[in-house]
Amino acid sequence: METYSFMRELADSWVLLLMTLFFLGTIVWAFRPGSRGVHDDAGSIPFRNESIAQDSKGRAESPADAKTSERVK
Amino acid sequence: MLNYVKLAVLGVIFLVAALGANWGRDLAYQVHALIIMAVSAGLFVWVLRNTDEPGVKVDESGYMDGVVRAGVIATGFWGVVGFLVGVVIAFQLAFPVLNFEWAQPFANFGRLRPLHTSAVIFAFGGNALIMSSFYIVQRTSGARLFGGNLAWFVFWGYQLFIVLAATGYLLGATQSKEYAEPEWYVDIWLTIVWVAFLLVFLGTIFMRKEKHIYVANWFLLSFIVTVAMLHIVNNLSIPVSIWGSKSVQVFAGVQDAMTQWWYGHNAVGFFLTAGFLGMMYYYVPKQAGRPVYSYKLSIIHFWALTFLYIWAGPHHLHYTALPEWASTLGMVFSIILWMPSWGGMINGLMTLQGAWDKLRTDPIIRMMVISLAFYGMSTFEGPMMSIKAVNSLSHYTDWTIGHVHSGALGWNGMITFAALYFLTPKLWGRAQMYSVSAINLHFWLATIGIVLYAASMWVTGIMEGLMWREVDAQGFLVNSFADTVSAKFPMYVVRGLGGVLYLTGSIIMVWNMWMTIRGGAKVHAPVGVPAE
Repeated sequence: METYSFMRELADSWVLLLMTLFFLGTIVWAFRPGSRGVHDDAGSIPFRNESIAQDSKGRAESPADAKTSERVK
Repeated sequence: MLNYVKLAVLGVIFLVAALGANWGRDLAYQVHALIIMAVSAGLFVWVLRNTDEPGVKVDESGYMDGVVRAGVIATGFWGVVGFLVGVVIAFQLAFPVLNFEWAQPFANFGRLRPLHTSAVIFAFGGNALIMSSFYIVQRTSGARLFGGNLAWFVFWGYQLFIVLAATGYLLGATQSKEYAEPEWYVDIWLTIVWVAFLLVFLGTIFMRKEKHIYVANWFLLSFIVTVAMLHIVNNLSIPVSIWGSKSVQVFAGVQDAMTQWWYGHNAVGFFLTAGFLGMMYYYVPKQAGRPVYSYKLSIIHFWALTFLYIWAGPHHLHYTALPEWASTLGMVFSIILWMPSWGGMINGLMTLQGAWDKLRTDPIIRMMVISLAFYGMSTFEGPMMSIKAVNSLSHYTDWTIGHVHSGALGWNGMITFAALYFLTPKLWGRAQMYSVSAINLHFWLATIGIVLYAASMWVTGIMEGLMWREVDAQGFLVNSFADTVSAKFPMYVVRGLGGVLYLTGSIIMVWNMWMTIRGGAKVHAPVGVPAE
């Protein structure tokens, strides 16, 4: 079979199916039970790490400390 | 030891560039060779002076912000340059005499127009994206930028790309692909810089201390990866001579057109949308002081955008040699794209839930909100214009230009201004911007400028489309092309004035940034005093 015809057939059959399933899967995955905590935690990432943190968990010490150490140079 | 290698490499580059300046087959190539010569000579002296010297110990305990500071300055600078060229070409269209005879062929509309589009998209927008990526990925990963000075290479390498592209357009080197005009060697250089950018970004994500990769980084990573793919495929070309700028595309005919608009539309989708959404998902929550409204929605926004955008390109080629099914596919995906776009807009706007009062007191929040409003407006207008029936009226008219500018000035411009106002005080250790009322003034100048621009282009675009298709009872066209040109004159002047307002606002911003960086907050204007 010609390369073009083969690719074309593959693209609008199996690849299309796989991509659609993957896409639907991401939505199902986002709404999976028990994801709320994970998402709340992820959503608050911008409010941590104002400076490179010292502790093992990688969290900035406290907002107040972060404010002062933010002034680089 | 490494320095000796660098010196040898720079020497070779200098030599080759000197040969290029001598043997170059066209002016643009020769000038570019001279620029490369000057840059490599400067770098040679700089490396030489630092060789065998006791190295300066760089403090690597904090975030790497020097390169972000440089990016903030570059964004402001290129913004003003790009807007200025835009205003010039807007008036060139209204008053053709401004295509000065003495400046031909360098400063005619045809050469200045790609200079304008590239300056605003790639120089202003690109610098905003690179510096925001560097800032955001560090803060959301809790890690210093990966690769040390590689980030500086990305910054300076990108500026060199901009200079080569811009001078190339003026001197007549172009491969005539919209938003991808630079010739082959400039494309190769951008590829090298972009791979370095990807390395710095991915390396930082690998070193992260947070378990989760924050959604802004997903958008930014998709922007970096997709732009790399688009850039390489769309610029597959064979140079006519290694000593000349001319190259020949590998694709031809409708395949080339489809590749170009697959690139062109995804440059909008992944450069101007995904990348800037990455900025939005960080700066809006930060400035509002609240986490993003729905993190689940942001995940769906990301995947829907990535899956749908890549198919939308064919809507640029309705009623052409492109097969009907391909153009229908492009139209259908463009319309579906409306939903995730509005999901993202709602997610951004609803982040302000419970903080709407800041809209009255904080001009930066106001800029973010107007930016999201324009994102919503142009992601509705775009799908509508991609419908074949609408496109048959709107295509090739100024409506398209109006649509692009409500997206670019409204969405990309406003979110970038907000980011600059957010970053400048933070990066230079000031409490706030030098003048808050100047931010307010900038907001109004820019907003009124966009409204004048978009409204005049709607009027002139629809008028133009209707005039082109008007036929008399015998089926003859009523209007000649020149009739539409003269009918558009008043709207062209209004568009130019809108541009002047937008440019003025950006100059005020640069002044404000300059004063903030130089002198700290002298004006302690209370941020909005509520009315008694």
